[in-house]
Amino acid sequence: MTTITERPSRRKALTDRARQERALGWKLAGPAFIVMLAVTAYPILQALWLSLFRLRLTDPDSREFVFFGNYQVIFTDSLFYSALLNTLIITVVTVAVELVLGFAIAMLMHRIVLPRRTLRTIVLIPYSIITVVSAFAWLYAFRTDTGFVNEWLNTLTFGAWNTTFDWFGSWAPSMTVIIISEIWKTTPFMSLLLLAGLAQIDGAMEEAAKVDGATFWQRLFRVILPNMKAAIMVALLFRALDAFRIFDNVFVMTRGANNTETLSTLAYKQTIDRVEIGMGSALSVVLFLLVCVIAWIFVRGFNVDLAKGRN
Amino acid sequence: MAMKHKFRRGIAALAAIALAAPLAACSSSDGGTPELMWYINPDGGGSDPHGGGQAEIARLCTEQSGGRYRISVELTPNSSTDQRQQLLRRFAGGDSSLDLVSMDPPFVPEFAQAGYLAPVPEDMIDEFTEDRVESSITAATWDEELVAVPFWANTQLLWYRKSVAEAAGLDMDAGVTWEQITAAAKEQGVTIGVQANRYEGYTVWINALIAGAGGEILTNPGPDLDDVELGLDSDAGQAAANIIREIAQSGVGGPSMGVSDETVALNLFQDPATSGFLVNWPYVWAAFPANNVDFIDDIGWTMFPATDDEGDPAPPFGGISLAVGAFSEHPDLAYEAAQCITSEEMQTLYMLGTGNPASRAAVYANPEVVEQFPMAEMIRDSLEQAVPRPQTQFYGDLSAALQREWSPPSGVNENTPKESAELIMAVLRGERLL
Repeated sequence: MTTITERPSRRKALTDRARQERALGWKLAGPAFIVMLAVTAYPILQALWLSLFRLRLTDPDSREFVFFGNYQVIFTDSLFYSALLNTLIITVVTVAVELVLGFAIAMLMHRIVLPRRTLRTIVLIPYSIITVVSAFAWLYAFRTDTGFVNEWLNTLTFGAWNTTFDWFGSWAPSMTVIIISEIWKTTPFMSLLLLAGLAQIDGAMEEAAKVDGATFWQRLFRVILPNMKAAIMVALLFRALDAFRIFDNVFVMTRGANNTETLSTLAYKQTIDRVEIGMGSALSVVLFLLVCVIAWIFVRGFNVDLAKGRN
Repeated sequence: MAMKHKFRRGIAALAAIALAAPLAACSSSDGGTPELMWYINPDGGGSDPHGGGQAEIARLCTEQSGGRYRISVELTPNSSTDQRQQLLRRFAGGDSSLDLVSMDPPFVPEFAQAGYLAPVPEDMIDEFTEDRVESSITAATWDEELVAVPFWANTQLLWYRKSVAEAAGLDMDAGVTWEQITAAAKEQGVTIGVQANRYEGYTVWINALIAGAGGEILTNPGPDLDDVELGLDSDAGQAAANIIREIAQSGVGGPSMGVSDETVALNLFQDPATSGFLVNWPYVWAAFPANNVDFIDDIGWTMFPATDDEGDPAPPFGGISLAVGAFSEHPDLAYEAAQCITSEEMQTLYMLGTGNPASRAAVYANPEVVEQFPMAEMIRDSLEQAVPRPQTQFYGDLSAALQREWSPPSGVNENTPKESAELIMAVLRGERLL
């Protein structure tokens, strides 16, 4: 995403040089622009078009134009709302926890001097693991037959925890594991973005506050946080958009059982499992619009300037 | 500067290779021997050409063909749901590499109706139905035509600890009901291994329970959506719901009944402290020694339990049918290969190598088979009584909707059969999501 900073106000008064520059710009960026259109605009438009049909891939002859019929089904189906609620819960909880955890880790990485590079590498390890792999690791850790978590909890609680507790047998524990796994996996990403923000703060300001006798918390809330608001908002936006599209963890751990369906797994099910291309496209469009809404809230509501930091 | 140019040119060359390489791989074929690609479901032999599984059959049939064709194998995913998904995607894309496909029987109607399967040559029908157990032919038939070749036929047996059954005073040889084994398991503090995860195996169980009470999930199978009538909301549906609820709520289904598939159920049965009963496919017989179970002498087997005292048990039907893809470049050769793959010789080899039962009745009289599978006769009897899952081109939706309403097993109640019937119909009419 980019923001246009200087829009030429007088269109007519283009000098030869400016015109040539513009032409050169198109020549240079044109091919990339066409490729972008082909790989993003075309699929989006096709999804929009397909979402107006009732179309089953195994029964192409029964293709039928239903207008907004698919959307009507989606917005009247309780499954959509439970998936939306699950997605929102996962987004809010993971992003909130990750912000706090990620900030703590970023502070640590920022301050620590001696094993700085080693520490940064270690912190990044979970993020470098493929999500499906980490999802399987957490799944096996929590399962009753292969898992060790129940055994540990049993030891920690002096035998009070039931070692046969089925984490994936009902909604709340399943969601807990999904959320923990998601947090473990993406906190490093959050802390990296925050670290970049921390690095931008002028050390002199903090020192001045220190000289004036400000405590650690006063410095944190009055100096550090206000000065890295832009970085925090960018980190929150990226992670919120990411978390809202959560798929891998749910797919691997529960496949949507026990009401743990999210919007992405729901769209996947209609499109891939049921080959109901029309309904799946409609769901994808809804998901796309919701993502746009979140981005809009952040950009407009919190005044996030995504170009900041490039100046 | 020069370095930079070189670097860029290198990248461009790499990109060109990356784009061209897969194309080159696709078009390669050695000499004049046509290659037949056989998509196999995972079995005990894996992709080892000497492992006793489908990969070995592929090797032997290639040798027997005398250079007419060469069969290569491609493994499909483990779960039947994932297999269907992968095959469906390939078929929908008109993939010509799908020459031979090992297919789970309930998906045959969907693929046949969509026109993904090449018609069975008229002159081969007799051979493909010869000596086969009836349920395997039913499962390979759609709209009154044979659309696939019966390969192997599977059924579930009830496996039990002889000591537990004896202590509970059950006469296992006479056949038992679900109520009897549930009561026995509660009394003896043991478990019953079942498949109740939200997956295809759960539909297998529900169908067997309903059919065992004389009911049918789908009362009039056929290609038309308007004709679909469900028999879930019935006494048979209630009987099935009662059994599942009782096993889940009394805890005899084990601690992870809600996520138990065949493997989890097998692990439960292999735990010497709590093992009592298990419904599972015959592959478990080969798994017991492989997993170092030390009470094999105490393991007995009998017919799948009856749903109630009156009706006959309706054991699940499974197995694999062999289909030829409609987009194959060599359908004639593929059917010729199917002849070899499903011959008595190969089915015997397959049963001995993987424990997967043959669809040809003659195999069960083979002395080697009888020796290795003391329960061979019981398997054949069970296959005679086995009831396939509902045959409809909408099977995927029907099964998924059924699993959704019946999950978790502990939440099944007297409304579940009616609600699942309503959901299935709404989903089929495109009025609900799934």
